[in-house]
Amino acid sequence: MSDRSYLDHAATTAMLPAARAAWIAASEHLGNPSSLHAAGRFARKVVEESRESIAADLKTRPSAVIFTAGGTEADNLAVKGLYWHRQQTLGAKEPLRVLASAIEHHAVMDPVAWLGDHEGAMIEWLGVDREARVNTTAIGELLSNNSDVALCTVMWANNEVGTIEPIERIAELCKEHEVPFHTDAVQALGQVPMNLGALGADAVTVSSHKVGGPFGVGALIVNPATGFTPVLHGGGQERDVRSGTLDAPAIAAFAVAIKHAVEHQVEHAQHLRELRNKLVQGVLATVPGVVLNGDPDLLDGGRLPANAHFSFPGCEGDSLLMLLDAAGVDCSTGSACTAGIPEASHVLLAMGVDERTSRASLRFSFGYPSTSADVDRVIAALPGAIERASRAVSSRSA
Amino acid sequence: MAMSGGVDSSVAAARMVDAGHEVVGVHLALSRNKTYGDGRQRGCCTLDDARDARRVADKLGIPFYVWDMAEEFAEAVIDDFVEEYRLGHTPNPCLRCNESIKFTAVLDRALAMDFDAVATGHYAQIVQGSAGPELHRAVDPEKDQSYVLGVLQPRQLSHSIFPLGADTKDVIRAEAEARGLLVAQKPDSHDICFIPDGDTAAYLRRQLGSLPGDIVDAESGEVLAQHDGTYAFTIGQRRGLQISRPAANGAPRYVVDVEIGTRRVTVGPPELLDVYALEGIKPIWTTSPLGDTPIELLAQVRAHGVPVPARAHELDERVMVELLVPIRGIALGQAVVLYDGTRVVGSATIASTTRAA
Repeated sequence: MSDRSYLDHAATTAMLPAARAAWIAASEHLGNPSSLHAAGRFARKVVEESRESIAADLKTRPSAVIFTAGGTEADNLAVKGLYWHRQQTLGAKEPLRVLASAIEHHAVMDPVAWLGDHEGAMIEWLGVDREARVNTTAIGELLSNNSDVALCTVMWANNEVGTIEPIERIAELCKEHEVPFHTDAVQALGQVPMNLGALGADAVTVSSHKVGGPFGVGALIVNPATGFTPVLHGGGQERDVRSGTLDAPAIAAFAVAIKHAVEHQVEHAQHLRELRNKLVQGVLATVPGVVLNGDPDLLDGGRLPANAHFSFPGCEGDSLLMLLDAAGVDCSTGSACTAGIPEASHVLLAMGVDERTSRASLRFSFGYPSTSADVDRVIAALPGAIERASRAVSSRSA
Repeated sequence: MAMSGGVDSSVAAARMVDAGHEVVGVHLALSRNKTYGDGRQRGCCTLDDARDARRVADKLGIPFYVWDMAEEFAEAVIDDFVEEYRLGHTPNPCLRCNESIKFTAVLDRALAMDFDAVATGHYAQIVQGSAGPELHRAVDPEKDQSYVLGVLQPRQLSHSIFPLGADTKDVIRAEAEARGLLVAQKPDSHDICFIPDGDTAAYLRRQLGSLPGDIVDAESGEVLAQHDGTYAFTIGQRRGLQISRPAANGAPRYVVDVEIGTRRVTVGPPELLDVYALEGIKPIWTTSPLGDTPIELLAQVRAHGVPVPARAHELDERVMVELLVPIRGIALGQAVVLYDGTRVVGSATIASTTRAA
């Protein structure tokens, strides 16, 4: 057993050996995929084979895959690209509406808010229930007056509490009302079955490093018939929608990681679910007053199998994190942020959790290297950490 | 280990590690508005400073966290600062920060989490005396920060470590250099950290608005000029009075009085500023209470002020201090810190002064 337990795979997971091998192999070749000579053609071949591989694995067409420098860029391209293009095609002088769930990752939430602040977009933040699930009836009603809706964006699964959203139904509703639909599938990829051809969304964000590929590469899987205004201007390498030299080695490794994620999805989910359930049961049995956030059904499809998210009333999440860190456990208070300062999570607040409780929360997320010993370590370390963290809170409020 | 990202706390952290302590670096986020520095600011609270602190922690191989104390800081330090100025007092926010944040909020949280002590890069020394830990001046008189630590009580002192107090700043800077700490050349922070441009009067004007009044000559009673807020004036101040007419004898004039009710600022010759006795409230004793028998000590009323011989005793929760050598220009709200030689006896907030001999 290693001396630390990494339980923050939702932040990033370990690179797969096969992905690393593909990465290194591709990096041994010289060539820019956009060059016309032999070296360029070789690099292009690596990129296009990867594109085809990813398309096949996600059950879509190669022309749907637009490589980006990661999930955040893909989300920005989807949100702003769809908004601006819609504005252009509608010839709209009036600002358009954007429908976005209130629990999006910052990579979606912030571009949406930016459109509101700088482009006059009217933002309809879609509320969620106590389990962090959006209401499709409410979305249907908002879409029924579709003339000024530029796009609807709802994540496939939430990064903090792991709730899986009813995106098939939302995709249907959007199609019915001819409103472009984007979903951020960064967390869902590899944990749930994914058939993008059947889903029929206009844009789906996926990221490499969450599934065992390298950092700095991702993709927006688009409906090639849907228009996007570029966010990055330049050589127009990706269908004139995205510019920038393609990173062939990273893309090759990304394709290997996606193939692994898709081919092993069922047993991977099973492995994650067993560990997660052991942790949840252990924590609920050990810690009085603890609350499991998100979908409480640990067996069926409403919750990402890797995710466990708890509130420990009377503690502060960042104190707990620090104490668990000292005890050899890496976990998270939510999504990582620049200054390292934990703020009350917008996801928990949207779920109706009060601010104090939301600051008392921790996320544990499993990945392929996780073992039962990791769960044991958390359960052994938690009571002491909780005791000290709650003393720290009472010292602050005293 | 409280790590600001500056030279002092970085060297202090390195020394703590060398001494064999199990050290965790904590950077305090004190500002509600998180901003990046412009590379020139001398403050201590930008995200760039947090990054500097993190890089030092990386280099030392210690865990590092940011603790958000912005709310506590706003209430205990900034609000108090503005309110004190509104009342015509001259507070020292560093002292309040040590009292309420670093050695209360941070220390209590650390102790609750089973840490033994908080270490900081302050220049001061703790000596184990017969009656418990004693707080002493640093050996470097230029850098000595015992004044702003005069608010610490025995329990706080017993859980505090100041690794720099036995050295001069030059030694610390050279040590930072030798250790390859990138912060070695960072300038010292002198200003009030939440007023990075150093313009306290403009800051207070933004907080308190314009409150115009007269500037009056102490001797003739004549109105010499107008001002737009008493908070821009501190007793003893000479600059920025905006008086065009010189005094009759051509001597410089100083602020000798600030009245909040009438918003009157009185100016006059420096002799009017001589303080012979003062009364302090809310005393804090670093080791043990002073007692009600007057004893001879040294009194210091500014962070880098000159200590003067004094005779002090306690009376009904107050401290009566007779200054055996008068101090020129003492504003209410300043702290008087009493020393026995190099040892800090305690401190109090100055509530009244006596200017006639």
